[in-house]
Amino acid sequence: MTDTAFRTGATERRFSLDLRALSPFIALVVLIIAGSLVNPDFLTISNLTNVATRSAFIAIIAVGATFVIASGGLDLSVGSMAALVAGVMILTLNKVGGADSATLVAGMAAAIGLSVACGLANGLIVTFGRIEPFIVTLGTMGIFRSLVVWLAAGGTITMRNADLRELYRPIYFGDIFGIPIPIIVFLVVAGIGALILYKTSFGRHVVALGSNEEVARYSGVPIWRVRTLVYVIQGVCVGIAVLVYVPRLGSATPTTGLLWELQAITAVVVGGTALKGGIGRIGGTVIGAIILELVANIMVLSNFVSEFLVGAVQGAIIIVAMLLQRSLHRGR
Amino acid sequence: MELVLRVDAISKSFGPIEVLSGVSLDVKRGEIHAVIGENGAGKSTLMKVMSGHLAPTSGAIYLEDQPVVFATPSEAEKRGIVLVHQEILLAPDLTVAENIFLGREITRLGLMNDTAMRAQARQVLNQLGARIDPNIRVRELSIADRQIVQIARALLVPHRVVVFDEPTAVLTPVEAESLFAIIRRLRSHGVGVLYISHRLSEVKAIADRVTVLRDGKLIATRDIDGFEPIEMARLMVGRDMSKLYPEKPDAASDEVTLKVENASVPDHVVDVSFSLRRGEVLGFGGLIGAGRTELFEGLVGLRPFKGRVLLDGSAVSFRDARDAMAAGIVYLSEDRKGKGLLLQQNLRINLTLSALQKFTHGPFIDVGAERAALDTAIGDFDIRARRRDMLAGELSGGNQQKLLLAKMMLAEPRIVIIDEPTRGVDIGNKEQIYRFIADLAQQGRSVIVISSEMQELIGLCHRVIVMRNGIAAGEVPQSDLSEDRIVFLATGVHEERAAEIAAGHV
Repeated sequence: MTDTAFRTGATERRFSLDLRALSPFIALVVLIIAGSLVNPDFLTISNLTNVATRSAFIAIIAVGATFVIASGGLDLSVGSMAALVAGVMILTLNKVGGADSATLVAGMAAAIGLSVACGLANGLIVTFGRIEPFIVTLGTMGIFRSLVVWLAAGGTITMRNADLRELYRPIYFGDIFGIPIPIIVFLVVAGIGALILYKTSFGRHVVALGSNEEVARYSGVPIWRVRTLVYVIQGVCVGIAVLVYVPRLGSATPTTGLLWELQAITAVVVGGTALKGGIGRIGGTVIGAIILELVANIMVLSNFVSEFLVGAVQGAIIIVAMLLQRSLHRGR
Repeated sequence: MELVLRVDAISKSFGPIEVLSGVSLDVKRGEIHAVIGENGAGKSTLMKVMSGHLAPTSGAIYLEDQPVVFATPSEAEKRGIVLVHQEILLAPDLTVAENIFLGREITRLGLMNDTAMRAQARQVLNQLGARIDPNIRVRELSIADRQIVQIARALLVPHRVVVFDEPTAVLTPVEAESLFAIIRRLRSHGVGVLYISHRLSEVKAIADRVTVLRDGKLIATRDIDGFEPIEMARLMVGRDMSKLYPEKPDAASDEVTLKVENASVPDHVVDVSFSLRRGEVLGFGGLIGAGRTELFEGLVGLRPFKGRVLLDGSAVSFRDARDAMAAGIVYLSEDRKGKGLLLQQNLRINLTLSALQKFTHGPFIDVGAERAALDTAIGDFDIRARRRDMLAGELSGGNQQKLLLAKMMLAEPRIVIIDEPTRGVDIGNKEQIYRFIADLAQQGRSVIVISSEMQELIGLCHRVIVMRNGIAAGEVPQSDLSEDRIVFLATGVHEERAAEIAAGHV
């Protein structure tokens, strides 16, 4: 019975050509070629750096969304959460009032603390309330959004201390060795995210949960803890994105973070993560976020479509990406 | 009798794997033609080819001597060939009449004509000798009644050939009897019936002719007269059946390792007590739905559970499967595809999922150690994988079961609970799995085997506890193990009648 013939050549293939993993990169190359044809200014270092910097917020949030979606969940509240966290952070900075690093640290701690709390709330309700994540985060999306409107009394929450703004400014506008800080932050977040998703037991459990919850449960995976934690990770990512976002404008308004959930989920799906869970691709997500910003950039540089229609184009992209994924899946 | 359907030299391959090779078969008007074979012999594939669900790779189908090609099941249906599926495919929230007419509703002026549909549904059900109210929701019907509704739905179209794919798999012997009455009635109306099964006593009782398939090939087609089940089994398996089961390990020690007292699982199990000894293989028999699976899912923390559990004399309770594993008890689900393995992930990820803590250095997984463990498992359990990076879903049923065993053994359990160990497993793998189970007991572990296959329980177990309707109906000691005893306890019918049912005579 112990026949060994079948084992020949049974080594694990490490470099398989997976179209699904490759397609975001192909799309990126196509877009860059298209962009350079549309406008000669497109293919300049300054323009591309600008695109990458602007994509940082969505990329950071989308890294968190990769965890949520790979686990079979969904978080629609990220945009509202970002607005609320930004608002509370600015209010904290104003309240503390100083123009020193201590004030800044206090504001940042408030931002991260609140985003963890928001993520934990989403996670606990989804896990212990046994409610569809779509419904839970639709609800918290409304809650977070109206809280920021209420805090701003319908107007704008602005950093009042000009010195503090000056101190905080480099986090968005500064660079290290010529690389803008937001890009560094987003690469670090993506790197840590990849490490957690691919190299730790927790990451393995996320994928198992997204593949088949029952199998995970029967295999002794602590599914409640895993499910709660993915939303906390999403919260932390939103918090980090806000830290980079606030120095850009120095204010939060009721429209801050509008449609970020669409962009984050689109980046994740364009990147090849399966919307039904079980496959998570951090690298693809990063490319997805850059693709979205490139499309917006090309729209601005060209005159084909009004830049006011960016949201429509992004909405179209997620639908087309899903259609492509489905046809790739069928083609197998 | 004239031929109604004939297939000639049908072959079917999925990729490089040929599941049917050159099978020829015919059905006459007014006969019941049984097709038997082990799991994986190609029975279901052949039926799917005949009913238009699959296109053959080569070969031809003749309907009343005219060559036909069925591109879809509905084309076959239009020509009068209907398949009654093994699984119940009904919408539970619609009524019986609505289900029977689903997708072919009778309308009047664009609106549904409920009165006509109800009347016709009642008529079809009456023809089948069933008294089922067409207005009742399918959800409220028993499994047996649902199957009758499914048959009624299939028979609504004019039919010349009806194919039954293992229709008795979910029925009690008494329910199976009324199904046979329906099938005999079809025969008397001149319909050709193809009857797929691997229950030989049943085939002996109902068929006129029998075709045996093995490994996708036709072994024999014979008239039922003088064709006895023992000979059918020999042809099906292609070897001496007596070697299928390994020697039973020596009698278990007296040391009780697990004692369960007054176990209850809401809606499924009432007050079951038993004990398990070291080195013992304990069987749990009974009909599907008797509460066996639920009892053990409850025991290992996968369901709400009440009762006292003593492990080596000390009371324990498990909140989830992880807890139970930590205490040395693993449960291998009967639903391998839905609850056992991640079909869309590779073998390595599946293997280590329950025991990841053994493969981590600090926070990180050691993939090299995982690969080594996979190599070991593939060797130890003889898992036939064409490539190491295959997905678990691409393995055959038997190899999936061996992978699941390997996965659970990584937790180094003292007590292994295996639910339907050989469901969907071919004969060669079956034999290996039986040997693994015997080896586990030999190593001093304790094994609980839950099975609906009575032969399996008799061949493997030291003792068998039989459940019926959520209670432990009785225990059969090794000296007394027989199909009659198990059927008697499982169904509660009188012993002589049980013997008749077990033998397929009524």
